[in-house]
Amino acid sequence: MAGKALKRMVKLDVNGTCYERELEPRDLLVHVLRDELGLTGTHIGCDTSQCGACTVLVDGEAVKSCTMLAVQAEGCSVTTVEGLGKMGALHPIQEGFWEEHGLQCGFCTPGVMMAAVGLLAQYREPTEEQIREGLEGVMCRCTGYQNIVRAVANAAERIKATESAEIQAAVAHVGERS
Amino acid sequence: MIPSAFDYRRASSVEEALSLLQSTEDAKFVAGGHSLLPLMKMRFASPGMLIDIRSIQELQSIRRDGNRVVIGALCTHRHIANDETIVQALPALAEAAGRVGDLQVRNRGTIGGNLAHADPASDLPALALLYGATIHAEGPDGPEDYPVEEFFLGPMTTALRPTQLLRSVSFPVPDRGSEVYEKFAHPASGYAVVGVAAWVATDAGGIIQDIRVALNGVGYCAYRATSVEQALFGREATEELLEKASHLATEEVEVLEDVFASENYRRHVAAVFTRRAIRRALDKATR
Amino acid sequence: MATVLGQRLRRKEDPRLITGKGQYTDDVQLPGLVYASILRSPHAHARILRVDASLAREMDGVLAVYTGEDLEGKLGTIPTAWLPPDSDIRTVPHSALAVHRVRYVGDGVALVVASSRSIAEDALDVISVDYEVLPGTADQEIAMKPDAAQLHEDAPGNVAFHWQVGHAPDDVFAHAEVTVRQRIRQQRLIPNPMEPRSAVAQYNESTGDMTIWATSQNPHIHRFLLSGILGIPEHKVRIVAIDVGGGFGAKIACYPDEALVAFAARELGRPVKWTESRREHFLVTTHGRDHIEDIELAGNRDGTLVGIRVKVLANMGAYLSTAAPGVPTILFALILPGPYTIPYAAADVYGVFTNSTPTDAYRGAGRPEATYLLERMVDLFAREIGMDPVEVRRKNLIPRHQFPYHNAMGLEYDSGNYHLALDKALEMAGYEEFRREQSRLREEGKLVGIGCTTYVEICGLGPSQVAGAVGFQGGLWESSQVRVHPTGKVTVFTGSSPHGQGEETTFAQIVADRLHIPMADVEIVHGDTDRISMGWGTYGSRSTPVGGSALAVATERVVEKAKKIAAHMLEIGESDVEFDEGRFHAKGAPGRSVSFQDVTLQAYLAWNLPAGVEPALEGRAFYDPVNFTYSFGTHLALVEVDKDTGEVELKRYIAVDDCGRVLNPLIAEGQVHGGIVQGVGQALYEGAIYDEDGQLMTGTFMDYAMPKARFFPTFETAFTETPSPHNPLGVKGIGETGTIASTPTVVNAVMDALQPFGVRDIPMPLTPERVWGAMQKGGMEA
Repeated sequence: MAGKALKRMVKLDVNGTCYERELEPRDLLVHVLRDELGLTGTHIGCDTSQCGACTVLVDGEAVKSCTMLAVQAEGCSVTTVEGLGKMGALHPIQEGFWEEHGLQCGFCTPGVMMAAVGLLAQYREPTEEQIREGLEGVMCRCTGYQNIVRAVANAAERIKATESAEIQAAVAHVGERS
Repeated sequence: MIPSAFDYRRASSVEEALSLLQSTEDAKFVAGGHSLLPLMKMRFASPGMLIDIRSIQELQSIRRDGNRVVIGALCTHRHIANDETIVQALPALAEAAGRVGDLQVRNRGTIGGNLAHADPASDLPALALLYGATIHAEGPDGPEDYPVEEFFLGPMTTALRPTQLLRSVSFPVPDRGSEVYEKFAHPASGYAVVGVAAWVATDAGGIIQDIRVALNGVGYCAYRATSVEQALFGREATEELLEKASHLATEEVEVLEDVFASENYRRHVAAVFTRRAIRRALDKATR
Repeated sequence: MATVLGQRLRRKEDPRLITGKGQYTDDVQLPGLVYASILRSPHAHARILRVDASLAREMDGVLAVYTGEDLEGKLGTIPTAWLPPDSDIRTVPHSALAVHRVRYVGDGVALVVASSRSIAEDALDVISVDYEVLPGTADQEIAMKPDAAQLHEDAPGNVAFHWQVGHAPDDVFAHAEVTVRQRIRQQRLIPNPMEPRSAVAQYNESTGDMTIWATSQNPHIHRFLLSGILGIPEHKVRIVAIDVGGGFGAKIACYPDEALVAFAARELGRPVKWTESRREHFLVTTHGRDHIEDIELAGNRDGTLVGIRVKVLANMGAYLSTAAPGVPTILFALILPGPYTIPYAAADVYGVFTNSTPTDAYRGAGRPEATYLLERMVDLFAREIGMDPVEVRRKNLIPRHQFPYHNAMGLEYDSGNYHLALDKALEMAGYEEFRREQSRLREEGKLVGIGCTTYVEICGLGPSQVAGAVGFQGGLWESSQVRVHPTGKVTVFTGSSPHGQGEETTFAQIVADRLHIPMADVEIVHGDTDRISMGWGTYGSRSTPVGGSALAVATERVVEKAKKIAAHMLEIGESDVEFDEGRFHAKGAPGRSVSFQDVTLQAYLAWNLPAGVEPALEGRAFYDPVNFTYSFGTHLALVEVDKDTGEVELKRYIAVDDCGRVLNPLIAEGQVHGGIVQGVGQALYEGAIYDEDGQLMTGTFMDYAMPKARFFPTFETAFTETPSPHNPLGVKGIGETGTIASTPTVVNAVMDALQPFGVRDIPMPLTPERVWGAMQKGGMEA
């Protein structure tokens, strides 16, 4: 096997940190995230690009990291669940999942949340139907999806509330100056 | 589920991509990778080299060129589904692109990869047929255009030569009528068990002046249902006639069969969805 | 302090899971870790003539390749741990890697260990195996035919066991006014928890300690069994399963793979990791259901049911998996009369070997099979006598005043108010109004139907005496240890092994409630055999009724001891101490008190303890329940069938469940939602299909239809609460009710919708083509 000869240095920008690793072209992004970078929050649930457990954001778009080579991610900005939010400063989607019991075993959860972030980037105020359609690329065996749908709606509300608070603050700020 | 080892190069121009392709024996282009990588992971495909064309800027745009819309090979399904030009000019294409796979797949999968892969159950080939698209390829001997009717040769087989790169697809914009895409999706894969694209133009009296119907998922490759078109051309689409005509949808093809849908059932659903697609196109406000 | 029991509290386990800090098995990274892959048989039945692994062994990065013969004498066989009594069960040998013969597609042939995942996979490609293909079948009916190929020498006719139970003589059926008969096929299902199985093993040569991180629903059972297979003393084996990504029964069994990984780690002196691909999961992780059932249900024209009997051919697959024989026997047949006062019931069960993946428990395990056939038969019976199916159910449900009730198989149902749940569900659905609406819609040519299920399920698996009597080769009690620290914070060690069910929260609620301390002060530890003394694990809806009750008892013991110390501190008699609002105070003198934390600190300082009281503060319980508990309820579904395509749309779903006292409604509802979807998966979407050669045709998520979000409406759920008298919490199980009830509910609804076509039955899953085909055959125009 010519495997070794094909190794090359690859630079990856993940969650704002630049990593440099010697990789083979065939190394899948998800394996590199997990095995090389220790970012084990991104999971692998299938081999046919169906389950979505491995979903991450690449340049802000939800992508299945089992269907992307790590070398293809060079030059892109990758966000995993570890870069989404931390305790005390959770992302609205994490708050939504916690609040609405959107997870049980938690295995699909990081991928589902990343897909939902992608979904919310496309629909600001999604209907239930849009959420259910938008979750086509993820599978959950535990929740029956009902509370995932609620969690996404909850997150949409949070994002909207934050934005309108920001707008009000900005308006107030402008008002003060005038 | 890891591919066999291969070499990887990134091309930044069409010329570079083509010369890399010539320099290696079993190289393949990769862009979104959503057709190729799953096959490689299963080791059903093991190319020696992947040439990543994703960063070639000139293949990423959608532009209106007179009465045609030219779509770069690297445009993603998401881009196509949401692009204002396409939504206005080629609404059925936008509709179909919005129903490919799922959100993540649409973010990554490209029209070029989709058409070049020529999966019989894929959504976009029927749209290329519906609009009478032209596939623009580039090879060592220069550019070559393929009318869509000559492009799809069989399952996973196109007229594209191994030395060529699919550069763009241009779609003539219909100047009248209206068109839709109806899909009966496989509950597991999301691929089309039956997909029907229909375009209809009627006169003020409801007489069909022009019609095109294309199907995927049903046969070994996407096809035009000319018998359906002929049965309806020049006539008023009464429910009765539409019902009768729709049953001609599978006249000209050998119908596929799998554990989810037998040949008989697929034939039936093709008729149902042909009827639904034409009906919806008729009911839709025309251009 | 308001009690936290019964509160809608968000989960304690979530912060780590929503931030990507869970600890699933494949997340384990160790210095020097190497990777295993397993070469699997591509044939359903074949003789192995030769295995040539020389090329693989020479590859750079390959540490070792083992074949079945290499393991002989070094690794024990994979055991079966449920042996139903009064049966002729044949426990055939099951080697970790096949020797001379493979018996299903996926049977392990060789084990590769390499320095990377990629090389481990590359090596599989260059191992060459010569097979002589033998005839075989994945179908149990064919396997029982006289000329069928034999899988095991010790199992003539491919019969693994024959087991009979109950009493329903011919004259019951002869004298009944109506007997309905039906053959029902329960298709094979693939569990597909989202986390594939995985194991990481590390062996310390100097100490002889073997640590195995594994995807396990019951780490102590795995320790016990793997200790035997590996020949390592039990106290030298540690199983760790912190976060497990769903199980649904598939992570109960003891598989060859975990044993192989541990074996390789010991042989090579390196930690070894193996994680199945989804493709492997489809082929080698145990499947569920797969029954052929011939059923007779007898009753009278007034709606009274008098007898039920069933002959079952249960497909066991190629070997008998750990708990497999108990599923189509004990867990299935004993609940056959369901929630009804049916006086006669009998089951005649054959477990059959076939060239297919071994079957075992799958969410509900036996109870969904029993409930499905009973509820389908009740509908057929109702149709036969021209009575509303809901009325037939109402007429036969066990009345409230008859509890505890002994069913025809001898089970004692603890408590119930079946009619209450039925009425509540009917009211939520607007049943009467719907029936009127249905007639109107039918006239418009729409195919709408409503389906009903009233069910009861055995849950809270225990007690151990019963476990022994029914042949389960283990106990069914649970352990709990409540360790109060000097500052009054609490660590709980439980033998339950939750993997999504939320017990880190509900168990903390039990402790916080009894000790009057904040939820944040309680930590639940599970899934580690070195930290927890013993445990029988999580399955059979037993964690809260059994593990939770163990915890309640252990916590009471803490309170008792704390009271003694408090009395001593307050210089009053123990009987004069009251524990309220987190303080111990003298009866009638609330001002004279010490806090829980004052007491815990004194317990550890031990400067001045009452005579005979030992220092420290811990409560421990090894709790064996007095009996099973029986959850019950009524589910209703409203469907519309597309006349053109046969597609079924689930329009509404109403679930009223009674799991006794609800400790956390948020979590209980979540269990119901997930259960419904899994059961509807069986009804409408999922089904493993083998071809004539024993090849699995539905071996990926591309062709095995897992339920997705867009297939479902928002479910309407509610609870009634009839406490169980069998445990201190009054709780029953809730993890499997949805799966048990929803399958027949939805199928009954579809059959109701198709009534104009005279369709009696459609084999599951009710795919569009099958429904359309049934309408075509039915021939009647709607």
